Amino acid sequence: MIQLILKRVALGILTLLLVSALIFAGTQLLPGDVASAILGQNATPQSLAALRQDLGLDLPAWQRYLTWLHGFVTGDLGMSLANRQPVADLLWPRFGNTMALAAYAAIVSVPIAVLLGLAAAVRRGGMFDRGINIVALAFVSLPEYFLGLLLILFLSVQFNLLPSLADTYSGMNFGDWLRATTLPALTLVLVTVAQMMRMTRTAVLSVMDQAYVETAFLKGLRTKRVVLRHALPNAAAPIVNVVAFNIAYLITGVVLVEAIFNYNGLGRFMVDAVAKRDLPLVQAAAMVFGAAYVILNSVADIAAIALNPRLRHPR
Amino acid sequence: MSQNKSSFDLSRRQFIAGAAGLGLTTLASGLIVPSAFAQEATPKRGGVLKLGIGGGSTTDNFDVRVLNDWVPVNQAYMTFNGLVEIDKDNMVQPELFESWEPSADAKEWTFKIRQGVTFHNGKALTAEDILYSLNLHRGEASTSAARSTAGQFTDVVKVSDTEIKIVLDSGNADLPYILSDYHFLIVPEGFEDWTKPIGTGPFVLESYEPGVRARFTRNESYWKPNTAWVDAVEVIVINDIAARTNAMMSGQVHAINQLDFKTVDLLKRNPNLEVVQSAGGQHFTFLMDCTQSVYADNNVRMAIKYAIDREQLLTTALRGYGKLGNDHPIPVTDPFYAADLPQRAYDPEKSKFYLKEAGLDALNIELSASDAAFSGAVDAAAIFQGTAAASGITLSIKREPSDGYWSNVWMKAPFSMGYWGGRPTADQMLTIAYSSTSAQNDTHWKNEAFDAKLIEARALLDNAKRKEIYAELQQMISDDGGAMIPMFGDYLDAVSTKLGGVTTHPMFNFMGARLAEKVWLEA
Repeated sequence: MIQLILKRVALGILTLLLVSALIFAGTQLLPGDVASAILGQNATPQSLAALRQDLGLDLPAWQRYLTWLHGFVTGDLGMSLANRQPVADLLWPRFGNTMALAAYAAIVSVPIAVLLGLAAAVRRGGMFDRGINIVALAFVSLPEYFLGLLLILFLSVQFNLLPSLADTYSGMNFGDWLRATTLPALTLVLVTVAQMMRMTRTAVLSVMDQAYVETAFLKGLRTKRVVLRHALPNAAAPIVNVVAFNIAYLITGVVLVEAIFNYNGLGRFMVDAVAKRDLPLVQAAAMVFGAAYVILNSVADIAAIALNPRLRHPR
Repeated sequence: MSQNKSSFDLSRRQFIAGAAGLGLTTLASGLIVPSAFAQEATPKRGGVLKLGIGGGSTTDNFDVRVLNDWVPVNQAYMTFNGLVEIDKDNMVQPELFESWEPSADAKEWTFKIRQGVTFHNGKALTAEDILYSLNLHRGEASTSAARSTAGQFTDVVKVSDTEIKIVLDSGNADLPYILSDYHFLIVPEGFEDWTKPIGTGPFVLESYEPGVRARFTRNESYWKPNTAWVDAVEVIVINDIAARTNAMMSGQVHAINQLDFKTVDLLKRNPNLEVVQSAGGQHFTFLMDCTQSVYADNNVRMAIKYAIDREQLLTTALRGYGKLGNDHPIPVTDPFYAADLPQRAYDPEKSKFYLKEAGLDALNIELSASDAAFSGAVDAAAIFQGTAAASGITLSIKREPSDGYWSNVWMKAPFSMGYWGGRPTADQMLTIAYSSTSAQNDTHWKNEAFDAKLIEARALLDNAKRKEIYAELQQMISDDGGAMIPMFGDYLDAVSTKLGGVTTHPMFNFMGARLAEKVWLEA
């Protein structure tokens, strides 16, 4: 089992390396360069050349890649090209904001999704099961930017219950923060709950059809005990998997939600950086997103291994 | 618009004589004034003004040399003062310069410095501060965006403790207007820490997170009377237009800038807000490179200028929130606007005639279009494609990516789209985009007679004569130039009905980016 886990970790690191190469190559393909973005209309060929040399843009791409990778591995994210501030100082506070929003959404959505999934599985085919499925499908089919706008229209503009701007600042008290971030969090909850709920339901149902669960019922156990003690542990692996997948989405897929609610997170930060051709910022943000994705997926894999007796005790 | 030229001329002469500030308001600038603004209201002190502004980024700072987007420009006007100020009627008014006097050839200007003004740190404003601030933009090594504008100052010298002299390389009657450029803001001598700005402005920076938010508190010793009504200003950067509109609709901010033309009519239904529509110099261009392919022939250029339905374009692309363009860049709000020049109409027959003159039966051309040029540019290109067909012009639209549009397409493609923001004077606009030597002559149109007249008009202090020459120049561009200019776009802002003191303004959104200083909050 240790071997399996180590293999997963090694695979994760390899994926990250590939991601880093892709990100670097991708940012090289963007049209325009930061030197002309900084100088704007006043650019003369001489000043452009001088600035490019100053920023190290005249070195070959592979050399810049290796320098950047080395810096990244050693924790030095480089300097922003546009305002010469350390990238780390700009990036981590925003990453913190994104994580905070993801945590708010996850704390609400994961328990709700699992509970609803279990309830739907237990009442398979009943009114509750069908109703919840239709609602879930409806929400999962709405793109998050549309859902976000709907929520703003009703909860913010029409009834003025919650602010449409997720306007957060340092030194804000927790209650205000919760109020400010409730709408974006709610949007994220609605788009993630459906998938997790349906996965939980399917996983539990597939176990419920197995002979040992029938046996448990036949020996006279109550439904609650059969589901929680017999079925759920065996259905845990796919549930953990989909939960990890959705949490990864909450961190990395929130660019649109951050834009709609004007939330000061990593996604909006990255869009900003792309517009300014500030490649160290773009690369660092993309790497953080990539790392969050890879790490959460590895955690899911490792959890699946840990939860699966057959993988835990290979013959 | 220009119904009252005589009194305008009067006020303009007075400004040149150095007696500006009479507040003549007869030159309406093509404004639609929402009803609430017309009501007499007494200003009130206090409250926290919340502004949702688009056009900011994490790389913003207060460096007056590189101000280039709306959030930093608005914030700079909260912190600093300019030397002069453009008022709502497009007239120059004194700010830190109290009055001025040109020499007869308009080459040497003497400016009186306002006395009794102090910086946020308590230091009194001196001639040295103004010299230092102007010199930030001068010289080859300067990184200032206003470097080319300041290039015409051959000398800036202190005459006495209360006077400064600016010497120009050639006469320019518009110098006070030129000094209204938002880069010419005043900082203390030797000031360099642009993250902690010190100015003489109406508000003092309290906290700052670039590209996200900023908070300012009132400068209690501000010198300008009847301004800085609110206790504090909070700027929230909202670049996404939908998010900005929602923030306004839900009442979280008191004002937003740069509305989406497409949703203004919907926004107007909300009883809690007013839409502020200001006519100005912002215009949208279809640029023909006069040195490339068929566009070298003026007959082709004329054929194209007659092949567009301007009315349809204005009502469709801008939903009517603009003015028709006449293929020259001077707006109706400009005192030198050529009102006598007939409006060019959609005329497929004339267009065909010019094509024949060029020896062509039909014309196949490609237009490089992108919404980078202006929001709705691609739609505008499609409308042009439709109306041009009647003249035998087959237009194919080449969609260009927004990324890199200004460096890879603009001024490079033979036929492309673009825009110009307004300039405070006709001279500046004509010089930057149409003089032969300008690096931003985006149609590559070169005309020696034009250049000569432009320089002649610049040094003239006689406004009647100037007006005549500028009208001629506008006609030259309209009849020969490479830019087809179908429309001017109005500046659109939305403000809460709780805000008092809001007016339209011919320069930029948000009352020339000085909204925070002027408005007050009704109880």
